[in-house]
Amino acid sequence: MSDSSQPLYAAREPIFPRRVKGLFRTLKWWIMGVTLAIYYLTPWIRWDRGPNLPDQAVLVDLAGRRFYFFWIEIWPHEFYFVAGLLIMAGFGLFLFTSALGRVWCGYTCPQTVWTDLFILVERWIEGDRNARVRLWNADWSVRKLRLRVTKWVVWFVIGLATGGAWVFYFADAPTLMRDLVTLSAAPVAYTTILILTATTFVFGGFMREQVCIYMCPWPRIQAAMMDPETLTVAYRDWRGEPRGKHRKAEPETPLGDCIDCMACVNVCPMGIDIRKGQQMECITCALCIDACDDVMDKIGKPRGLIDYLALSDEAAEQAGQPARPIWQHVLRPRTIVYTVLWAAFGLAMVYALFIRPEIDLTVSPVRNPTYVVMSDGAIRNTYEVRLRNKHGEARDFVLTARGDPAFGLSVEGDAFARVTVPANETRLVRVYVTVPGKSGPARRGQSDVRFWVQDSLNGDRASVSSIFNGEDAGDG
Amino acid sequence: MADEKRFDEATGQHTTGHSYDGIEELNTPLPRWWLWTLYATIIWGVGYTIAYPAWPLINRATGGFLNYSTRAEVVKENAAHEAANADLVTALVSADLSGLDPASDLHRYGVARGGAVFRAHCSQCHGSGAAGAKGYPNLLDNDWLWGGSVGDIMLTVRHGIRNEQDDDARWSQMPAFGEILSREEIADVVGFIPSLAQSEGGDVSLPGAQIYADNCASCHGEMGLGDREQGAPNLADAIWLYGGDEETLNETVTYSRFGVMPAWGPRLREEDVRAVSIYVHALGGGE
Repeated sequence: MSDSSQPLYAAREPIFPRRVKGLFRTLKWWIMGVTLAIYYLTPWIRWDRGPNLPDQAVLVDLAGRRFYFFWIEIWPHEFYFVAGLLIMAGFGLFLFTSALGRVWCGYTCPQTVWTDLFILVERWIEGDRNARVRLWNADWSVRKLRLRVTKWVVWFVIGLATGGAWVFYFADAPTLMRDLVTLSAAPVAYTTILILTATTFVFGGFMREQVCIYMCPWPRIQAAMMDPETLTVAYRDWRGEPRGKHRKAEPETPLGDCIDCMACVNVCPMGIDIRKGQQMECITCALCIDACDDVMDKIGKPRGLIDYLALSDEAAEQAGQPARPIWQHVLRPRTIVYTVLWAAFGLAMVYALFIRPEIDLTVSPVRNPTYVVMSDGAIRNTYEVRLRNKHGEARDFVLTARGDPAFGLSVEGDAFARVTVPANETRLVRVYVTVPGKSGPARRGQSDVRFWVQDSLNGDRASVSSIFNGEDAGDG
Repeated sequence: MADEKRFDEATGQHTTGHSYDGIEELNTPLPRWWLWTLYATIIWGVGYTIAYPAWPLINRATGGFLNYSTRAEVVKENAAHEAANADLVTALVSADLSGLDPASDLHRYGVARGGAVFRAHCSQCHGSGAAGAKGYPNLLDNDWLWGGSVGDIMLTVRHGIRNEQDDDARWSQMPAFGEILSREEIADVVGFIPSLAQSEGGDVSLPGAQIYADNCASCHGEMGLGDREQGAPNLADAIWLYGGDEETLNETVTYSRFGVMPAWGPRLREEDVRAVSIYVHALGGGE
C-alpha cells in the first residue's frame, strides 16, 4: 500500500469559528434572541378562558385531548387545522428556499440557533478562535479542566432549560414547575426533560455541523427547491481570483481582490471554504459575508466579494454589467405560486376557524339492523349522535329531525329529546327516529333526514344530514 | 481486480481500492461516530434480547431478565380498571334498577359494561346488534314475550327460558295442535289470526274464529294480545318471532314452538347480570 491509504471512517475535524461583526451577525443575534424568547416564555403567558378551562395561552393537553392557542381551542376532530399548519409550514419552507436558499437553515433552525448559543458560551469561557485552538492542542491541565468543566456545566444548564421549557407546553406551567422542583411531577416529565437535555447538550456542544451534514434530510432535498434565480451566499470568483497576498512588488499577473486571508473560512461554523463554490454543507448563515466585507473595508476594496448572489447574474457580472435588482429574483412564477398556495391554505383555515360553531354534532346511523319494526308496525331507525359542548359550562341541547313530517325523534332515556352535555365535553346519545307504518319514509327505501341540535340557552344551532332507511332498504 | 488504493488527481479524493471494469470507487469517509452508533445499536440489541422475551426455544421463547409479558400488562391494566370501577360495581349490585336515572353515571356504566357482556354472551343468538333472528327475539323493538321492564329482563337473564337447569326459569309450552285439531281446522284458525291485527277481536265471521276462541284464547287472549305471565305472544301486533305468513303459522300451530334460553345467573357475575339487563332495557324497547 502506498501513502494514499485513507481509512473508511474519519474523525470529526474540530471547528473553531472566529468572532465576527457585521450586518448579518447582528441580524442573527436578533433572530436568536426573539426565537429563544418565544420558545422559553410562551408557556408562561396566561389567558383567561373562564372557570372550568385552563388559563395557559398555549397548551397541548394530551390527556384531555385539547389544544389551546390563545383564543383558539382545537378538539381532536379538528386535527385538520394542525395538518393545515404543517402544509403551510411546508409551503413556507419551499417559498423561502426557492427565493433565498437555505435561510431557514442559516437563521432560524433550532440546530443553528442553539449551536450559535453554545459557541457564544464557548467563546466567553475559552476565548476566541486562536485561544480555543491552543486549548484544544494543549495537554490536560488544571486550567484546561476548569475551562472545559465550566463550559460543560453552562451547556448542561442551557440544555436543562431547553428540555424543561418543552414540557411546560403540555401541562400548566406554574403547577408543573412547582411539581418538578418538589420532585412530585409525573415520571414522563422527567424522562422528557432528561432526553431533551441530553440531545441539546450533545447536538449543540459536540455534534453541531454533523447534525446538518449527516442527520438532517433537508440539505438533501433543498436542491429541488432552488434554481439559478435563487439568491444564495456565494463568492465572486471572477473578482477575487487569482487570489494572493498583495505585496509592494506587484507580480507579473495582476491579482484579484481576494487576499487569501482565510477570514471567511475561520468564521464558518460549518468549517468549509465558500470560495470553492456552493456546497451541501453550507447553511447560508452569511457570516463569511460579514467577515469578508470587514476585510475589504480594511484594504480599501469594494464590499461584496462574498455576497448573496443569483447564479443567473454571473454571466452579466463577469461582463462588467450590474446584477439585476433583488426583487426580480424574488418575484418569479415559482415563488408567486408558492405564496398563493401558502396564502390559500392560510385563508381557508382562517375561514374555517371563523365559521366553526360552538356546538357541534356527528351522527352515525346504526346499521345493525338498518331498521326495526315496532309492535304497531311503525319503522324505527337508530342513530348514535355525539354532541359536543365547547362552552365552559354545562348546556342543554334539544334535538330534532327534519326532512319529512312523519319523522318523530326520541332520545333514549329522555322523553323531551333534551340532552345535557357537561362543560367542555362530548356526550354520545342513542337517538331514535320513528315513522308510522304506512307513511312515505316507511315505504321508501331511503329518505334524507337532517338532525338539528339547538342550544336551549342561546339558540345556537347546528345540523348534520343522514339517511333514514325504510322497509325497502334491506334486511330488517 | 486491481485492488490498488490510490489518490485520484481529478477529484482530489482517495479511492477505496474497489474497482470493476475499470470503474473505481472513491472513498468518502463516513464519520467515525456513525460507526460507534452502529456498534452501540448492536450492543443495545443484544442487551434487549437478554432483557425482554426474544429467543425462540422449542415450545416457548426466552422470558428475559425483566420478566416482561404483554399478558401480564393486560392483567395489570384489567385489575387497575376493576379497582377504579369498584365503587360503581358496588353501587350497581345494590341499586334498585327500576328507578335508575338514565342520565346517571351508574346507568351509563351499566350500559357500557352490559354492552360488553352482551357481545360476549348474548350476541351468538340475538345478534351483535340485538336484532335477533327467526326464533330469537329482536330486543330492539317494544314487543316483549315475558315483559320489558328492567326487572322482567333481569329475571329472564338470570333464570333463562324453558331450561331444566333452573327451577325459576320462565316456563310455558304451547300444545302441538297437529295432534288436537284437524288440518282443515288448523287452516281455518291460521286464516283467522291475521284479522286480529286488523280489528279488535278479529273477524268473527271467519270460520276460524270459534276454533280460536276454543283453543287459543285461553293463553293468547280473546283479543289476541298475548299473556306475559306465560310468555304467550301478542298475535295482534306487527311482530312475529317465527314469521306471520300462512305457511309459517301453519307450522307453528301444527308442531308448536319451544324456544329456550340458558340461565345466566350461575354463569355471570351479579354485576354482569344487572349490567346486561340495563343494556337490553336501554336498546329502545325498555318499559
